[in-house]
Amino acid sequence: MKPFERVVAEHGATVLRVCRAVLGPVDAEDAWSETFLSALAAYPRLDEGANVEAWLVTIAHRKAIDVTRRRARAPIAVPDVAELTHEPSRDGLPERDVEQRDPDLWRALAALPPKQRQAVAYHHVAGLAYREVAAILGGSTEAARRAAADGMATLRRTYVPAAPHPSSARASKGSAS
Amino acid sequence: MSDTSFDDAPLLGPLARVLDQGRGDDSRAALSRLHDRLAADAASSGLLDVAYRTLDTPVGTLLLAATDQGVVRIAFDVEGHDAVLDRIARTVSPRVLRSPARLDRLATEIDEYFAGERRTFDLPLDLTMATGPFRREVLSHLRDIGYGRTASYAQVALAAGSPRAVRAVGTACARNPLPLVVPCHRVVRSDGSSGSYAGGPEAKRLLLALEHAA
Repeated sequence: MKPFERVVAEHGATVLRVCRAVLGPVDAEDAWSETFLSALAAYPRLDEGANVEAWLVTIAHRKAIDVTRRRARAPIAVPDVAELTHEPSRDGLPERDVEQRDPDLWRALAALPPKQRQAVAYHHVAGLAYREVAAILGGSTEAARRAAADGMATLRRTYVPAAPHPSSARASKGSAS
Repeated sequence: MSDTSFDDAPLLGPLARVLDQGRGDDSRAALSRLHDRLAADAASSGLLDVAYRTLDTPVGTLLLAATDQGVVRIAFDVEGHDAVLDRIARTVSPRVLRSPARLDRLATEIDEYFAGERRTFDLPLDLTMATGPFRREVLSHLRDIGYGRTASYAQVALAAGSPRAVRAVGTACARNPLPLVVPCHRVVRSDGSSGSYAGGPEAKRLLLALEHAA
């Protein structure tokens, strides 16, 4: 069994993407922390042959539900536009190029029904097979496939990728001054 | 039916990009912050079975690891830190995280030792990785060899009550899980040459010269 540090190094980034996709950028970090603390506790009893990523995503799924219930508010916390575009940087560096941060995509994700958002996150973001997604969500493999496909179809309809436009180029050049 | 439809492709790029940005800092900064929070939460929940850090020294980068009982392993670069961590995971616990806090005192003492300001280490040790009663017996005798002094393998064998077990003493020194702190570098050949060392012969000569000069 490898040191847990290596599990964090290998899967931390994917689990963070999954938590962000399911919960939005604000609550994702609490879910990530609870996921890895809970995984650390159970790790010595994990089957040697287990799919570690699927195991972590399964824990993250439950922790995301906990976080959502605790917050008792909209299933995904989307920072409002003012925060996204005017949030002062915390480390004193120049403000980052906020055009990249794409509030429209966060909003489109947030608007999906939870099961579709979860299916998109676990299949398209974490790369789990539909069979594994179905084991996490309950229901059939076909239902998991349908939820992910419906979610992607809705995202394609509600989110139009912005072509790079002149103001974004100007903003990134001017940010150093 | 393929798992990812052709139509999904244009969406997956922006999705990956936005999910890697989160709250504004990049994922590397976020993950480093989350890792530190995990190590702190693990320690306060009693789940940090083994904490480790690295320390740059004149004998290379050392790996320092401790349980809540004490220092459990000190390893040289040449031993391969990844391989050592694998072994810790197998023999002590797989709940291993990089977490410098528990090793701060040891790191300070080692720094002082290399600065010539410290002659003994006074930290609790965890001998879990020293296997077998004879090896532990040898390690306890190594701690009796004072700073700046040396003993031969034969002398240590005699002190451990097995005068003919000279080779076994050599093995016990070579497998010492706590070099520097348990001073196996002070055991030399009967002809006065320094002999082999887990950190390499160069490291052993450097340590003996450091202690001789002080």
